[in-house]
Amino acid sequence: MKKYQLGEFEEVVMLTVGILYENAYGVSIKKEIETRLNRKVSVGALQSALKRLEDKEYLRSHDSDATPERAGRPKRFYKITALGKKAMQYTKETRNAMWDSIPDVALDVKFVTN
Amino acid sequence: MNSIPPKYPLKFFRWFCNPEFTEDIEGDLLERFEKRKEKGKPAKWLLTTDVLRLFRPGIIRNFEGTKKLNYYGMLKHNLKIGYRTLLRKKTHSLINIGGLALGLSIAILISLWVHDELIFNTYHENYEDVAQVLQKQTINGSIGVQSSIPYPLGDELRNKYGSDFKHVVMSSWFGDYVLSHGETVVSQRGGFMEHGTPQMLSLKMLKGARDVLNDPSSILLSQSLAKAIFGNDDPIGKLLLIYNEAEVIVRGVYEDLPRNSRFYNIQFIATWELYVSSQEWIQIARDQKDWDNNSFQLFAQIEENSIMEAVSEKIKMVKFDNVGEDERVHKPEIFLNPMKDWHLRSNWENGEREGGPITYVWLFGTIGVFVLLLACINFMNLSTAHSMGRAKEVGIRKSIGSLRRQLIAQFLTESILVASIAFVVAIVIVTAVLPEFNLLADKEMVLPFESVYFWMTGIAFILFTGLLAGSYPAIYLSSFRPVAVLKGTFKTGLSASVLRKGLVIFQFTVSVILIVSTLVVREQISFTSNRPTGYDLESTIMVEMQTQQHYDAYNIIKDELSKSQVVLETAISSSPLNQVWNVRDGFTWEGMDPDFTPFFPVMWISHNYGKTVSWNIIQGRDFSRSFPTDSTALIINETAISYMNLKEPIGKTIRWGSRDFKIIGVIADILRESPFSPVRPTIYSIDPHSMSNFILLKLNPEIPIAQAASTIEEVFIKHVPGSPFEFDFASEKHARKFRGIKRIGNLSTIFAILAILISCLGLLGLASFMAEQRTKEIGIRKVLGASIQSLWRLLSKEFVLLVSVSCVIALPIAFFALKGWLQNYEYRTDLHWWIFLYAGLGALLITLLTVSFRSIKAAVANPVDALRSE
Repeated sequence: MKKYQLGEFEEVVMLTVGILYENAYGVSIKKEIETRLNRKVSVGALQSALKRLEDKEYLRSHDSDATPERAGRPKRFYKITALGKKAMQYTKETRNAMWDSIPDVALDVKFVTN
Repeated sequence: MNSIPPKYPLKFFRWFCNPEFTEDIEGDLLERFEKRKEKGKPAKWLLTTDVLRLFRPGIIRNFEGTKKLNYYGMLKHNLKIGYRTLLRKKTHSLINIGGLALGLSIAILISLWVHDELIFNTYHENYEDVAQVLQKQTINGSIGVQSSIPYPLGDELRNKYGSDFKHVVMSSWFGDYVLSHGETVVSQRGGFMEHGTPQMLSLKMLKGARDVLNDPSSILLSQSLAKAIFGNDDPIGKLLLIYNEAEVIVRGVYEDLPRNSRFYNIQFIATWELYVSSQEWIQIARDQKDWDNNSFQLFAQIEENSIMEAVSEKIKMVKFDNVGEDERVHKPEIFLNPMKDWHLRSNWENGEREGGPITYVWLFGTIGVFVLLLACINFMNLSTAHSMGRAKEVGIRKSIGSLRRQLIAQFLTESILVASIAFVVAIVIVTAVLPEFNLLADKEMVLPFESVYFWMTGIAFILFTGLLAGSYPAIYLSSFRPVAVLKGTFKTGLSASVLRKGLVIFQFTVSVILIVSTLVVREQISFTSNRPTGYDLESTIMVEMQTQQHYDAYNIIKDELSKSQVVLETAISSSPLNQVWNVRDGFTWEGMDPDFTPFFPVMWISHNYGKTVSWNIIQGRDFSRSFPTDSTALIINETAISYMNLKEPIGKTIRWGSRDFKIIGVIADILRESPFSPVRPTIYSIDPHSMSNFILLKLNPEIPIAQAASTIEEVFIKHVPGSPFEFDFASEKHARKFRGIKRIGNLSTIFAILAILISCLGLLGLASFMAEQRTKEIGIRKVLGASIQSLWRLLSKEFVLLVSVSCVIALPIAFFALKGWLQNYEYRTDLHWWIFLYAGLGALLITLLTVSFRSIKAAVANPVDALRSE
């Protein structure tokens, strides 16, 4: 059932937005992902993911007041919506359910043959 | 220095980014910029890459919907409507696109041809600076230009005017020479030239160096010749034999010269020194500084900062200053003929440049423009004819608030769409017919798909055609008044149909002119081909005596051939049958006007030459071995009698140099030179010493040619073993003189056919439109008892009338234009009245056929079908 669609990178972004809570905006999200997951994130990829999530109504955003250190540009802060939370939970649960369904033997290294 | 964020990447970003996000993403970018700067990273560069990575769907704004930019949307709409209109009226679109595609193909082919003509010789990098040294001489009041110059001229230019020239290069005439390497023997075209040649001609060396002709025993080969002789072996340093005696060493291989180079097909370049040492008369010319012996070619490249005209002026009197009084009467004048004029402006008329192929560049260029114009006219005609169908659309658009400008834009978009489709079709057509066209035009042209200019020209073509064809319909259609159109009181105006008629008349005027031209060119070809040659063209073959062996073995070959019955007669002569190689002066005779300097082409021949070529003696007798005095006898041709103003030519004595000759016979004129010029007064004399260059053979007509050729070849190979056996048919050489005019004939035939085809397409479209319009009228007429015949007449009458008017306009124009063209040929056909009659009747017949195709269909239709639908 295609109830909630969440790609891998989108999920990472949602989680990061959750972690950063009140302080989730472009630069901080990027930095957080880069430090936590130790992988490069391009501005383009991140921004288009954010826009996509907003279109799906998993995130909502508001502009802060102008900040002097950014040459007067506002910051756009992101928050997880209720729908977004459901989507994240749905993803997590389906994953967990799948993890649980794997028989122990399958993951036993001794039995893994080529 | 690195403190300010880069301006242009940010500008670009602001341009493409969705305005909703611009502010905050820019903020992010700036924040990261500051941080990176603090860390000492290349912040500007990183910001630029960030911007580029933001250029992706999702971030890029919507270029369509925003208010400010709404013409993107409009353009899309216009294209969509145009596309749908095309699909709705399939026949109409097919005729439109087909006609335009044909017109464009012709335009593209002609452009390729014109381009190829214009870049003639530009393969040579020093194109701007290279010239051939020519001389003008005044002879009997008229100024002649010749490329043959005397030996000392080269040294004179080098020594006295050295500062003006980078290279001064003496050259032999280019001809076929026998080259051999071991068993491999070939006869190839080449020349003997001085050592600056490879540099001057910027030969592209594939192997070896340019600078090797200092050594007299060097030779440069073309790529294809090197391959023919040595296959895949490395030719450098290998030995070759020229004329079976001189040994030369291959020092370099150059890329084959392209077809549009003057030096095309020069397969080898050997040294001038070798040439001089091979012939005694050249050594004499060199040692005696003989300014009177004009037997060589001279090429030169001027210094980079010299001006061609100035240098040419400087060297004007070089020869005059060096010759005696007897030569000065001819006012010899030396000048430079720059490379850029070699091909396109190669004709001379009394010492002045007088056109050349440039005339045809203009002619075909004009034809190309006209054919394209014809195709555009089709488009205009059909669009205005179908305007009733679009009138409602225009009315509604206008009442909704469309501006006239926008409607014009809409119709132009449509015409450009049609032109683009036509262009694609045209490219396909051109690709398909180009090999044939190359064959016809004797060129090696390709569509330069990888060239930017080609595509730019293509786009220019599309825009030109689209705008030209679309301009009138766009202005006309957009001028409709919405009230009149929507109320239904609208009628397509008189002005439109008048213009339409005018355009049809124009189309057929051009077509008829082209038909007449084609007929006249063909008539001129057949007229000159049927010109009597004065000798037996069909059964004579020629073998060039390329080596000393040919001379030595001549008598044996002659005996053996006559014994074999294959050859009826054998003779030798100084010039080939179809050319004049020697022109001499220094003749006097009793009763000659002392101010007259007679010049005669002279042929040195053997006794049985007359029998071999079967000439017609009209007075006196042929040469004969039974008269030992014939060594001082002459035979002249018919033209010579009036040239020399003789009443009783036989027995007259002519003084030539220091000897007296006696005229023993007069022959009917023999056509040796251009079939379009009168025959020159010619003298035939018995060859005193080996002046001969050709063996002529009269074949036995009872023996098949293939068998005869193999027997002759056996004899030649046996006695002249070092040379490949090659021969020419006199008839073939003669036919070659018609190649130029035949090419024009073929091209103009094709253009005429296509012009007619395009015009007929348009006519067909118009006729079917008219028939459609009058469906009801025809139905009612039929119900009332009109016959099919009378309906057919009714529908065809108008078109026949239009084409008749075109004929009235076209025929006089064609008459005067062609009269001018025929002036180029001294031997020419008359402009027969029947040519014009045929052309006019032909055009009418074609029109009638085209129109009938549709009008008969309309006339025989069941009137019930026409009247039922209401």
